Amino acid sequence: MIWAKDQTYSGWGRALRAKGDIATPDAVEKLSNVGPAIGNRRSYGDAPLNSGGKAIDMTKLDRIIAFDRETGLLTVQSGITLGELTRVFAPQGWMPAVVPGTGFATVGGAIAMDVHGKNHHLAGSFCQHVTAITLIQDKPRKITPKTGALWLATCGGLGQTGLIAQATLQLVRTRGDMMLVTEQRASDWDEHLHLLDNSQAPYTVGWIDATATGEDLGRGIVEEGETCKGLRPTARGTKKVPFNAPHWALSSAIVKLFNAAYYRRVPKTGRTVVRTVQDFFFPLDKIHDWNKLYGKRGFHQFQCVVPLDQSEALRTIMQTIATSGLASPLAVLKRMGEGREGYLSFPMEGYTLAVDFPNRPAARALIKRLEAATLNAGGRLYLAKDALSTGPAIKSMYPDHSNWARAVAKADPDGQLQTDMTRRLDLRTPQ
Amino acid sequence: MTDTNTNQTWIILGASSTIAKAFTRSVAEQGAHVILAGRRMDDLKATADDATARGARDATPVIFDARVADTFQAIIDLASAQTGTINCAVFVGSMPAQETIDADPTLVDGTIADSFTGPARFLQMLAPVLIERGTGSVVGVGSVAGDRGRVGNYVYGAAKAGFATYLSGLRNALGRHGVHILTVKPGPVDTAMTQGLGKQPFMTTADAVVQDIHKALSKKRNTLYTKWIWWPVMTIIKLIPEPIFKKMSI
Repeated sequence: MIWAKDQTYSGWGRALRAKGDIATPDAVEKLSNVGPAIGNRRSYGDAPLNSGGKAIDMTKLDRIIAFDRETGLLTVQSGITLGELTRVFAPQGWMPAVVPGTGFATVGGAIAMDVHGKNHHLAGSFCQHVTAITLIQDKPRKITPKTGALWLATCGGLGQTGLIAQATLQLVRTRGDMMLVTEQRASDWDEHLHLLDNSQAPYTVGWIDATATGEDLGRGIVEEGETCKGLRPTARGTKKVPFNAPHWALSSAIVKLFNAAYYRRVPKTGRTVVRTVQDFFFPLDKIHDWNKLYGKRGFHQFQCVVPLDQSEALRTIMQTIATSGLASPLAVLKRMGEGREGYLSFPMEGYTLAVDFPNRPAARALIKRLEAATLNAGGRLYLAKDALSTGPAIKSMYPDHSNWARAVAKADPDGQLQTDMTRRLDLRTPQ
Repeated sequence: MTDTNTNQTWIILGASSTIAKAFTRSVAEQGAHVILAGRRMDDLKATADDATARGARDATPVIFDARVADTFQAIIDLASAQTGTINCAVFVGSMPAQETIDADPTLVDGTIADSFTGPARFLQMLAPVLIERGTGSVVGVGSVAGDRGRVGNYVYGAAKAGFATYLSGLRNALGRHGVHILTVKPGPVDTAMTQGLGKQPFMTTADAVVQDIHKALSKKRNTLYTKWIWWPVMTIIKLIPEPIFKKMSI
């Protein structure tokens, strides 16, 4: 592999950075497990970072290896993105069974984080639709759900069991490459949860106004979608954020104004619109480099999930956020099902809340409090987003952590695949 | 993108190159039949599988070596057997470092064969087929390095200059028969060829080059610089008088 020396890079949040050597191999034969694999670095924190060490950028390994048009079984190299798969296969009547909120995520990243999407309540997590993975350990090794501990440690396992080089995915049939989307206002927290609880749609998600307080606490828009065809969407162009925004761009007054307008954009009686699949699943991908809106200091995303019976605790968390005046417009509330595949998979049946905060001392202090509240409620944090938590907290949120650490110790005995995240949280040490 | 008519066949010479792979994907997704010509059959087969999954009507890997003219006729026969429009995109070329050539002058022949004489002979053999159909496009990838002989890589530059002049003549000859010839002059592109060379000026990506090629094809442009900035840059470099240029090392 050819190494570009001393590259500075970061995750999507840009608050944490790393400096190290990066190789971008264009053939699987060139791969070796001398450092962790990274993709498009859409994880927010330090999961895709290896300061002072090597990292292998997999994005040039993006071939489709085989596709069976009868069964929907698709084998790809891990550097291909879910946006690309959606773009290529939706017109052919197939979709990845699970896609996260950005199409820039690679298949390798989606496996390493066992990502979820707007259909989690029905479809479960990404890895539940993966039938085989090829890992590059000291030599290549193909694993399947029958492999046992190594499989469970790989799905959602932060890429610590080997370089994820190839995967076979079970795609699902889609009616077309358009979405019929119903949007309804939820005027407060209770109505918001009620709408999410009673949604019958295959894809459901709530945008939440994280600045609304008092009677309006928890208000937002519940979006429900299903695939369709033959309908025409209204066209919207691609935008780009060319430079770092000034620090006041997301000040609380501006966010409050924006959110109020965004909320009222949907009429009181609700509405139904037609979107492209790309627009529905990856709404922010059209604004390239939107993370620059947060300026040079970057930002953090807090994402937790709490059990169904802890919705009151989540309301309190929401209240803490809303009164802090620190939240940004990007906030999401969703009801999750039970679906998860690996030892460190994030999902649990309950409610998940995700909110972005600019990287400032007050926000970091707030996130610490939110983490403590999550732990108290028996919930957990999402490692794809985390940049600030501690090892003991994460380990108590993930009861299978020890199983994971043991399997990883076997798969990567020399610790070559460690990242800034596994070191910060001391994840590789079993308890 | 380029043509809504799906009955297109694209011969891709040098199909294992990074830009060729991106180009192959783009025409495969429009439903074209791709004939993937190159030296490494295993790699061509993998590219063919990728193209088929993406919607290519058909994908045929074939052995092609710019230095072995015996490999040419079979490809032309295969393309001629297809109905509809036949197109050809030339991505072959090799760029040994100038110092390597200085140390071993026999490398001059191969460099010129890969970037100029090989593809020129192939296109010369293909020309009658294109004239007979009275339609189709040829995309010839040269390089900004061909615009002026520079101390850093003048053998490669000379080969690309020869190819560019050949394409200009081919355009003159075939344009009157309804065949469009596009000369593409990329600056540095982030590809396997440039890996390890470090940061290059106005670097672009293979996907961006391919987008530019499709735009230029639909507008029937003759010459495309990509990134576009290379057009003014090379215009100025071409204007520098030789007595001054010979002392420069740019």
